[in-house]
Amino acid sequence: MSQLLTVAAEEMENPLIPPIPELVIGLIAFVIVFGFLAKKLLPNINKVLEERREAIEGGIEKADAAQTEAQSVLEQYKAQLAEARHEAARMRQEAQEQGAVIIQEMRAEGQRQREEIVAAGHAQIEADRKAASSALRQDVGTLATALAGKLVGESLEDHARQSGTVDRFLDELEAKAEAVR
Amino acid sequence: MSADPTQVLAFETDCHIFDGCGFPAPGLHSFLFEPLWGDPHSNLYFNKPMLLALLGSLIIVGFFWAAFRKPKMVPGKLQSIAEMGYDFIRRGIVYETIGKREGERYVPFVVSLFFFVWMMNLWSIIPVAQFPVTSIIAYPAVLAGLVYITWVSLTFKRHGFVGAFKNFTGFDKSLGPVAYLAAFIELFSNLLVRPFTHAVRLFANMFAGHTLLLLFTIASWYLLNGIGIAYAGVSFVMVIVMTAFELFIQAVQAYVFVLLTCTFIQGALAKHH
Repeated sequence: MSQLLTVAAEEMENPLIPPIPELVIGLIAFVIVFGFLAKKLLPNINKVLEERREAIEGGIEKADAAQTEAQSVLEQYKAQLAEARHEAARMRQEAQEQGAVIIQEMRAEGQRQREEIVAAGHAQIEADRKAASSALRQDVGTLATALAGKLVGESLEDHARQSGTVDRFLDELEAKAEAVR
Repeated sequence: MSADPTQVLAFETDCHIFDGCGFPAPGLHSFLFEPLWGDPHSNLYFNKPMLLALLGSLIIVGFFWAAFRKPKMVPGKLQSIAEMGYDFIRRGIVYETIGKREGERYVPFVVSLFFFVWMMNLWSIIPVAQFPVTSIIAYPAVLAGLVYITWVSLTFKRHGFVGAFKNFTGFDKSLGPVAYLAAFIELFSNLLVRPFTHAVRLFANMFAGHTLLLLFTIASWYLLNGIGIAYAGVSFVMVIVMTAFELFIQAVQAYVFVLLTCTFIQGALAKHH
């Protein structure tokens, strides 16, 4: 065996000359690898890589769509909110105006009622005064006539009534009182 | 006693320093193997590198079979690792040099090449195997040959007969009479030297790497006697360091091999320069 290897070593003096059997085995070994990878395994993985790429890009697209929708909804809400605020402000303004009008009307009504009450009071007082005055005048006249009759000794009542003496006297008194005042 | 050319493993000789035997240095004989089967004189034999080459193929196919047979949208660990390797070659090398549109066709070829070369290199530091298959010129030669056939036929297909030669020679009339000399050198360089250097670059790197590893491994064993033990320790540290270095070189050489492949294919596709 050792002799055999020595011969082989002599033959293999030049390491750059490839022996045919090793070339063949090398080719077979590489073709095995290339065959499996090129025909089955790499197409397999390429398909999955492509699917994964699409899945990722699809996911991104979905996310984009969702974001756009959310944005539009948000804008819609904002618009609605602004409108509602505007509406509220308008209503508040209106209510204020209406309130002011109502207060104004109430005030005018109150004023009117007060004046009516005051006027009615005045009229009442005036009427009472007049009634009292005429009643007083009647009584004072009667009393004065009665007193004078007693002093004079005769009834002056009819005479006095006829001549209006009492009235005249009282008018003079009133006139004096007026003048003093 | 000089190195015995029939010696295959350093450890077969029970020989140490100060025992009166010389250093069994590694050499060309370290790359020869007693056939496991058959007669080395005929062309019908089977040896260790052949076994490793076929075994390596099965390992690569097995790995990718496990990873890519039923690939999932959400990858598991194995699939992730395989995808990373695949993507590195596809994007990092093929798309970068040839471009996505033209390069897609060559992705399976280049991916197969890379993992094949890498695996064959890796055998160098896998225990028990411990022999880089690519340090036998036949294996790089086959691969370089396939690459050569690919890009040369592609050049003819793409540019026609005259166009192909314009591509090979880079013929440029504006250079004047020098153009003919330049064309001759380019033709020689591209068609003859290029496949040779492509194969030898890989072969020589692996050959040298394996020789270095052998040198320090044999020395560790050989020096293991008397005062030599201290030196044996240093030598053994070197074995570890060189193993790590080889791990790096193996990947780099596989990368360089496929990068050159892509550059050649790209050159074949390009308008003549």
